[in-house]
Amino acid sequence: MKTAVVVFPGSNCEHDVVAAIENLGGKADLVWHRDTDLTDFDGVILPGGFAHGDALRTGAIARFSPVMDAVAAIAAEGKPVLGICNGFQILCEAGLLPGALIANRDLAFICRFVDVEVVDTSSILTNQTEPGQKVTIPLNSYEGNWVDPSGTGRVVMRYVDNPNGSSGAAAAVANEAGNVVGIMPHPERATDKLLGSDGGNVLLDGFLSSLLPV
Amino acid sequence: MKVRVDLTRRPEIADPQGTTINRALKDLGFEEVASVRVDKVFHLDVDGDDPELVRQQVTQMCQQLLANPVLEDFEIEIEK
Repeated sequence: MKTAVVVFPGSNCEHDVVAAIENLGGKADLVWHRDTDLTDFDGVILPGGFAHGDALRTGAIARFSPVMDAVAAIAAEGKPVLGICNGFQILCEAGLLPGALIANRDLAFICRFVDVEVVDTSSILTNQTEPGQKVTIPLNSYEGNWVDPSGTGRVVMRYVDNPNGSSGAAAAVANEAGNVVGIMPHPERATDKLLGSDGGNVLLDGFLSSLLPV
Repeated sequence: MKVRVDLTRRPEIADPQGTTINRALKDLGFEEVASVRVDKVFHLDVDGDDPELVRQQVTQMCQQLLANPVLEDFEIEIEK
């Protein structure tokens, strides 16, 4: 079971994601955004950063990267697709998740640990958690304010204090099937108490366990 | 052909920048300002002589890339 971690020009969390996956016993390979073949992979993670410089809007250019057709195909097969931070923004722009991310309510770049609470355990991110379980993981974004006029997004985790004004206090959102998830704070940066928290592991464990054949 | 594209944030979408600017204007004593919205304008220079064709092309550009349909509406004006 192997995870593709896509590297766009401007991604900056890809190595953290690979390290976090490997710490949990998983396998992950970096994949360049120009690659178009993901048939060797059982799941995909779009990492954080500033893909294509976030020119125009966050994720607006990245969604046209050649790899994105293969990401959409993996999503359509029901395999796990996780977007973290900028990856979440890209999934929304690509239409793989509903809604969009706009500037934080108070126009501040937020860079601190936040408490997030599990709302819905039926997703690739939350399947190893209990409803109401809280984890502490770092938020690190300016456009983290999720809006969803369609009302179709499934909030699977919410902020305890909603620092960025997200609709429904959403910190993580799933598609209807639960196999595509975007999360704004960074589970891969909270994988060891030495880093301030290991709260991200239970989420990435969920991703890894969803790679297993049903 | 010069083309102007106005992107307007949909009314139901919050505009934190506009809200903050409105507050700053009030702080400066401009109490008469009811609201502020910050939008985006593109100025394109497009090859072609047929305004209708250019409009169609720019419409596609808006639908595919320039506008996010969740957030924004667009209006195209062929300038000359």
